[in-house]
Amino acid sequence: MSPFLRLALAVVATGAAMPAYAASDGLVAPLVRWAPVILGGFLFNVLVSILAMTLGTVAGAALGLGLISETRAIRVPSRIVTEFFRNAPWLVLLFYCILLIPFEFRVGGTIIPLPGWVKAVIGLALPVMANVAEIVRGAVQSIPGAQWESAESLGFSRFQTLWMIVLPQCLKRMLPPWMNLYAILTMATPLISIVGVEDGMTLTRAAIASEGRTDLLMPMYGFLLALFFFYCYPIARWTVRLERRFALSA
Amino acid sequence: MNHDLPLVSIRHLEKRYGALTVLHDISFDVRRGEVACIIGPSGSGKSTLLRCINALAPFQAGSIKVAGIEVRDPALDKRGLRRRVGMVFQQYNLFPHKTVLQNVMMAPIHVLGQNRHDVEERARRLIAKVRLQGKEDTFPGELSGGQQQRVAIARSLCMAPEVMLFDEVTAALDPETKKEVLVTIRELAEDGMTCILVTHEMGFAREVANQVYFTDKGVIVEHGPPKEIFNNPQQSRTREFLDQVL
Repeated sequence: MSPFLRLALAVVATGAAMPAYAASDGLVAPLVRWAPVILGGFLFNVLVSILAMTLGTVAGAALGLGLISETRAIRVPSRIVTEFFRNAPWLVLLFYCILLIPFEFRVGGTIIPLPGWVKAVIGLALPVMANVAEIVRGAVQSIPGAQWESAESLGFSRFQTLWMIVLPQCLKRMLPPWMNLYAILTMATPLISIVGVEDGMTLTRAAIASEGRTDLLMPMYGFLLALFFFYCYPIARWTVRLERRFALSA
Repeated sequence: MNHDLPLVSIRHLEKRYGALTVLHDISFDVRRGEVACIIGPSGSGKSTLLRCINALAPFQAGSIKVAGIEVRDPALDKRGLRRRVGMVFQQYNLFPHKTVLQNVMMAPIHVLGQNRHDVEERARRLIAKVRLQGKEDTFPGELSGGQQQRVAIARSLCMAPEVMLFDEVTAALDPETKKEVLVTIRELAEDGMTCILVTHEMGFAREVANQVYFTDKGVIVEHGPPKEIFNNPQQSRTREFLDQVL
C-alpha cells in the first residue's frame, strides 16, 4: 500500500471510525466523505491517460510514417509491430510490461527507478501507438495522389511533400479518430488497478472495504462511473461535432 | 545555349504497363519558343507522354532529353529537371491549405532555396499576370475552377521553367472559365514560352500551335503545322477523329 493511499485512508477513517455510527450514516455521508479520495484517484487515471496518449501519439506518428515508407525494410517491420499491438488485449500487454520492464535501470552511475504506474503508462501507450499509426496512415492515404504528383512536379522531395503539404492537410482528419482513441484509452485506465497501480478503482475499492458496508458498493462505484462518464462524454460529443464539421468542409 | 537545338527531344520512346504498350516509338522535337499540341482520342497515351517528360512516369526504352538532361538517366537529378519543366494538371491540384500567394511561393523557396522577398515580388507579379490580383490571400477552395487553374499556371511559372506542360488543363472547366485559361496560355506562348499541350480544344490548337501531333493507340499517326493537320489530314484515322470532334 502506498503512503498516499495509507494517508488517505487514515484521514478519512478518523472521521468515521466507529462502525456503530457508520451503520446509521446513510448513503450520502460516506459518499461525501470519500468523494475527494475517489476524485483524487480518478485524476490519477486522467494523468495516466494523458501520459500514455502523449507517449503513444509520438511513437505512433513515427510508426505510421513507417507504414507508408517506400522502403520495404521499414514498411514491413512497421506493419508487423502495428498489427501485433493493435490485436493484443490491453490487459495482457499491461501485465507484460509490468513483468518485463525492470523496476529500475541504470544510466551511467545513477539509478532511475521505474514505479509500477510508469510501466503501466508504457503498457497502455503500446496499443495507443499502434492505433495512432493506423490513424496517421489512413489520413495520409486519404489525401489524393494528385497532391503528391503536383508537389513532385514542382520538385518537392518526398519528405517535404509529406511535411509541408500532406500532413498539414490531414491533421483535421486525424483529430476525431484520435480523440475517440483517447476516450477509449481513458475508459481503459482502470485496468491498471489490476496490475497494482493505485488509481480511482483501487481507492474506491479500498473506501468500500474500510466502510465495511455492502450497500455502499453501488453508490461508490456509481460515483466513479459518473466521473468517467462526465469526463469522456463531452469528448465523444465534441468528436462527433468535429467529424460533422470536417465532413461538411471536405 | 544553342537556340537551334531542340529544347525537348524525344527518340523512340516506349512505355509499357506490364504487357500493355501505352506509347510506342514516339519521336519528336520541340524547339525553344515553340508550341506543340498533342491531340487524339482519350486513352491514346497523351497524358502519359507528358508525365514521361518530367519523370513522373518511368518508361522502358528510348530517350527524352530536356535542355540536354537525359530523363532516363538512372542518376537523373529530378530536382534539376523539374525546375526546368513546369506542369499544369487537369484538376489544378493546388494545395488547399495554402493561400494563392503561398501556393505560388512555396516551391521556389523550399525547392530552389530562393530569397523569400524576391520570390514574393515575382509571385505577386505572376498572380497579376494571370489576372488574379486581389486574390493573393484567398484559399483555393474559394476560387472558381478557371481561377484555380490560373493560380496553378502562376505556381508553375514561379519556378521559371524553360518548358511548360499542360495536361488537358481546360477539360474540367465550363466554357466561360475555359476561355480565361486559354487566354492566359496564349499570352504565355506569345511571350515565347515553350509549351507542350495535351488538349481537346481544336480551335485553340489551330490558333496557337506551331506543330500539331495526332496520336492514337500510343503512336503518333501524323504531325505537321495546324493548317495541314486540320485542313488537309493525310491519314484516314486523323480524318475520322477530326470529323468526330469538329
